Amino acid sequence: MIVTEVVATGGMPWLTLVLVLPLLGVMATLLAHESLSRPIALATSLITFVASLPLWFAFDIGTGGMQFVEKHLWIDTPAIHYALGVDGISMPLVLLTTFLTPLCILVSWTAIETRMKEFLISLLVMETATIGVFVALDFVLFYIFWETMLIPMYLLIGVWGGPNRVYAAIKFFLYTLAGSILLLVAILVLYFEGGQTFDILALTHASYAPSLQALLFWAFFAAFAVKVPMFPFHTWLPDAHVQAPTAGSVILASVLLKLGTYGFLRFSLPMLPDASVTYTPIIMALSVIAIIYGAYMALAQSDIKKLIAYSSVSHMGFVTLGIFAFNAQGIEGAVLQMVNHGITTGALFMCVGIIYERTHSREISENGGLAHAMPKYATFLVIFALSSVGLPGMNSFVGEFLVLVGVFAWDKLTATLAALGIILAAVYILYLVQRIVYGPAAPKMLSKLTDLNPREFGMLVPLVVLVFWIGLYPKPLLDVMHASVKRVVASQSDSVIVQPPTVLDDHVLVMSDVIPSALAPLEIEDTP
Amino acid sequence: MSLPLGDLVTILPELLIVGIACLILVLDPIMSTGKKDVLAWISLGVLGVCALITVGDFGDRTMAFSGLVVVDAYAAFWKMLLYVVSGLTILLSMSYLKEEKIELAEYYAFVLLALVGMMVMVSGADLLTIYLGIELMSITLYIMAGFKRFEARSIEASAKYFVLGAFSSGILLYGISLLFGVTGSTRLTEIAAAVNGPTLNDPLMLLALMLIIVGFGFKVAAVPFHMWTPDVYEGAPTSVTAFMAVASKAASFAAFLRVLLEAFGGMRPNWNLLILAVCLFTVALGNLVAIVQTNVKRMLAYSSIAHAGYALVGVVVAGWVGTEAAVSSRGVSSLMLYLAIYSFMTLGAFAMVAMLRKGGLEGEEIEDFTGLAKRHKGGAFLMLVFMVSLAGIPPTAGFIGKFYLFMAAVNAGLAWLAIFGLIFAAISAFYYLRIVMVMYMREPSPEQERNTRLVLSPQVSVVLAFAVAGVVLLGIFPGPLVSIADLSVLPLSSVK
Repeated sequence: MIVTEVVATGGMPWLTLVLVLPLLGVMATLLAHESLSRPIALATSLITFVASLPLWFAFDIGTGGMQFVEKHLWIDTPAIHYALGVDGISMPLVLLTTFLTPLCILVSWTAIETRMKEFLISLLVMETATIGVFVALDFVLFYIFWETMLIPMYLLIGVWGGPNRVYAAIKFFLYTLAGSILLLVAILVLYFEGGQTFDILALTHASYAPSLQALLFWAFFAAFAVKVPMFPFHTWLPDAHVQAPTAGSVILASVLLKLGTYGFLRFSLPMLPDASVTYTPIIMALSVIAIIYGAYMALAQSDIKKLIAYSSVSHMGFVTLGIFAFNAQGIEGAVLQMVNHGITTGALFMCVGIIYERTHSREISENGGLAHAMPKYATFLVIFALSSVGLPGMNSFVGEFLVLVGVFAWDKLTATLAALGIILAAVYILYLVQRIVYGPAAPKMLSKLTDLNPREFGMLVPLVVLVFWIGLYPKPLLDVMHASVKRVVASQSDSVIVQPPTVLDDHVLVMSDVIPSALAPLEIEDTP
Repeated sequence: MSLPLGDLVTILPELLIVGIACLILVLDPIMSTGKKDVLAWISLGVLGVCALITVGDFGDRTMAFSGLVVVDAYAAFWKMLLYVVSGLTILLSMSYLKEEKIELAEYYAFVLLALVGMMVMVSGADLLTIYLGIELMSITLYIMAGFKRFEARSIEASAKYFVLGAFSSGILLYGISLLFGVTGSTRLTEIAAAVNGPTLNDPLMLLALMLIIVGFGFKVAAVPFHMWTPDVYEGAPTSVTAFMAVASKAASFAAFLRVLLEAFGGMRPNWNLLILAVCLFTVALGNLVAIVQTNVKRMLAYSSIAHAGYALVGVVVAGWVGTEAAVSSRGVSSLMLYLAIYSFMTLGAFAMVAMLRKGGLEGEEIEDFTGLAKRHKGGAFLMLVFMVSLAGIPPTAGFIGKFYLFMAAVNAGLAWLAIFGLIFAAISAFYYLRIVMVMYMREPSPEQERNTRLVLSPQVSVVLAFAVAGVVLLGIFPGPLVSIADLSVLPLSSVK
C-alpha cells in the first residue's frame, strides 16, 4: 500500500545529489586557498540550485504522493532508512533553500571580514541540513537533520554576529534544543505504537488512540512551536535575528522558521488528526495573538532588524493560522506564505545588511533620506516593503488572501482579527519606509551612502522577479501543491470529529476573479 | 588438586599481559633512558595480539577454573573495548609523560596491570574473582593517580582515591561475605539459585545486595558515591584521568551489570527502584554541578558522572520488572553501546586537554581554550566535535548512544525517564558549548596567544584521529557496533 503511493523517479538520485553537493563544496572550500573560498562556495551553491531544478521541472503535479523517492536501509536494528522524497509541500521549500543559499553567499561577500572559510562552510552545512529536514522520509533521519543544523547556526550567530552574539547564539541553541526533547521521545513512542517503524509514510497511515494523540500533539508542538516561533515561544527570535550576520538572518527567517510550520503540516496534521482538530482553537488563538502582538511589537522598534524580526513573528502567525484552518485554501495559502515570507523577509534582511555595511548602524533614526542618496536601493526596499504589506500584485497578497479565505471558512471572528494584522503591517512597514527612505538624511552618514554595486543589484533582482511572478501568476506554484494539500486535508476528514462546514462567501467569489487560481481549490471544497 | 592446565587457555590474554607487564618492570632498569618508548610499543604489540585472541571468544560461553571465570561474548565485547582504550591511553601517555617530564617505564606496566584487573572483572563468574580484579585495577590506579609525585595535587588525588577506594572495596567485601553467609557460595550461578529459592526474603540478603550496589556505585562514580571523582580526576595526570574515566568505568559497569543480572536477576524488584533513584540523582547532579566548573578536568569529571547516570538508564531498563527478556536485553546492549561511544568522545576530550600546554603546564582551565580556533583550526574543530558528541547532538556518535538508550527506556514503558534524561542532556549542552564558545567566539589576550599552544606529536595525532573517527563514524554508521553489542548481551537464560 505504501509502495503504490510513492512515485519513484528512476535513474538519477536527484535528492541525494542536492544533499551531497553542498558537502562536496565544504570539502573544496576546506582545501582551497582563503581567497578562492568565496568563488568555490558560490559555484557550489549555484550548482546545487541547478541540480535542484529538475525537482521543479520533472515534478508530477497529478499526484499527492512522494516523488523522487530513494530508500536504502541504513541501520538494521531498529530498521532506520536513508529515505528521501518530496511532495508538493516540501518541494517548493527545497527550492527556496537552494535558491537563497547563493544569495546568502553573495550578501556576505564583503560583509564578513573574518574567517571567511569557516563562515562559508557553516553556510553550506546549513544548506544540507535544512534540505535534509524537508526531504527526509524517515523519522530518525529527519531528527538527525533537524538537530544537526543547530551547530552551524550556533556558529553563524556566535562567531560572526553583533556585539551581543554569544548570548543570542546560546539562547537560540538552548531554546530549540529544549523544544526538540519531546520530539525525540515522541518519535520513539510512535515507533512502538505505530508498528515498529520509523517510516514517516507508514506512521502517517497508522492510527493512534486519542489520548496518545493528545500527548504526541503537544510533544510535536513543543518542537515546532519553538521553531516557528509561535507566541509565547518567540523570545529567542529577536535576539537571534538582531545579532546574526545578514546571511544568518536570511537563513533563519527564510528557511529555519519554515521547518516548524513544515513539521506541523507533515506530522501533526496527518498523523494526529483528532488531536489536531481538538486543539485547533488553542493554536488559532496563539496564531492570532502572534499576528497582532508581533505587529504591535514591530511598531515600537527603533532597530530596523528587530522590526523585521517581529514582523516575522506576525507573518508566521498567518502560516500557522492557515495550516490549522484544515481546508485546501488555508493550507495552500500557508505553504505559499512560507515561500513568500522566505522571499520577502529574506530580501528585507538583505536590504538591512546592505545599509548596515555602509553606515554600521541599524537604528532607524540614523538611517534617513536613502531615496536621494541611494535611489536604486530605495526602489528595491520599497518593493519588498510593499510585498511584506501584502499589496495586490505581489506575492504576499496571494498567500495572505488564501489563508484568510481558509480561516474565514473556519471562523469569521478569527479571520477578522487576523486581517487586523495586515493593517498593522501596513502601518509599521510604511512608517519604516517613510522614515528611512523619505525622511531627512543624517548628515554624518551622507558620505557613506553609496548606491548598490552590481553584485548587490544582481542579488536583489531575482527576488523582485519572484515577488511579481508569484504575485501575478501563482498558478504554477499552487498547481504543484494541490494534490499534496488535498491529501493532508483528506487525512483530516478521516478524523472522528466532524470539521466545521466550509462557508463560501460572496465576497470570496468576487475576489476570486482577481486571482483565478484561487478558485481551483475552492471548487474542490465546494462539494463536501 | 592439580592446576587445570586446559583452563589456562581461556585466560591466555590475561596471562600474556601480566607476562609483558613483568617483563617491562624487568627491562626498565637495564634500558637506557632514551629508549623507553620501546616498552610502550611492546605494550601496544601485546594488546594487538590479545585482541586477535579475544576475537575468537565471541561465541559460546565457557566456564573455567571450576566456575570462577567465564569467557563469553559479553566479556569479549568489554575486553575488546578495554584493549582499544588502553592502547589509546598508552599512545597518549607517550607524549604526555614527556611533556610532564614524568617519563617512567613503570607507567606502561601499570596500565597493563590495571587492564588485567579490568579483564578479570569482566570475566569473573564469582564474586571473589571480580573482587580480585577490582583490587588489582584499583591499587594500580591509586599509584598512577600519584604519578606526578612532585606535585601536591597529584599526591593528594592519589591519597584521596586510595582512602575512598579502599573504603568502598571494604563495603563491597562486606556485602560479599554476608552473601556467602546466607547462600553458602560466592559463585554467581549459585547465588542466583539461592535467590530463586527460599532465601529470597532473608533481610541479610537485602543488606548484602545493598552493600554490593554501594560498592559498585563508588567504582562507577554514581551519586551519592561520586565525591572522590572531581578531586581525583583533577589531580591525577591527565592521561591517567582519561584512563580512569573510560576504562575503569567501563569495566566496573560490566561487572556491576553481570552481578546484578546473573546473581540477583531474581531480585529485580528489590534493586531496580534503588538503581532508578541513583540514576536520576546521578544524571541531575552530574550535569548541574558541571555547569559551574571553571577547570576543564573538573568539568569533564562531572560530565563523566552524568554519563554514568545515562548508562544507568540501561541498567534500569535491563532490570525493569514486567519487561520481556527482549526488552531487558535491549537495555544491556544499549548500555554497552553507550559506554563504547562514551569512551571515544571522552578520550578525545581528555587528549585535547592533555596536549594543550600553557608554558610548561597543562592548559586545564576553560579560559586556556580562548581563541583556540584562531591558532589551531584543526584542534579546535576536533574539540568541537567531542563536545557536540558529549552533548548528544547528531550527527555524532553521542546522539546514537543516547538514542538507543532512550529507545530502550521507551520500550520498557519509561518514556518519562527518557524525557528526564533528554532535559538534562539539553542542560549539558550549555556547559559543553561553553568550551566551543571560548574557542570560537572569544578573542585571546596577547599573553594567552603567546603562552598556550597545542602539542601534536604523531602519537597524539593518532589518538585524536582514532577518537574523532570513532565519534563521527559511529554517528553515521553505527550499524556494525550495534549488531556486535546485540550479539554480546548477557545470556538471557539468567535473566528471570
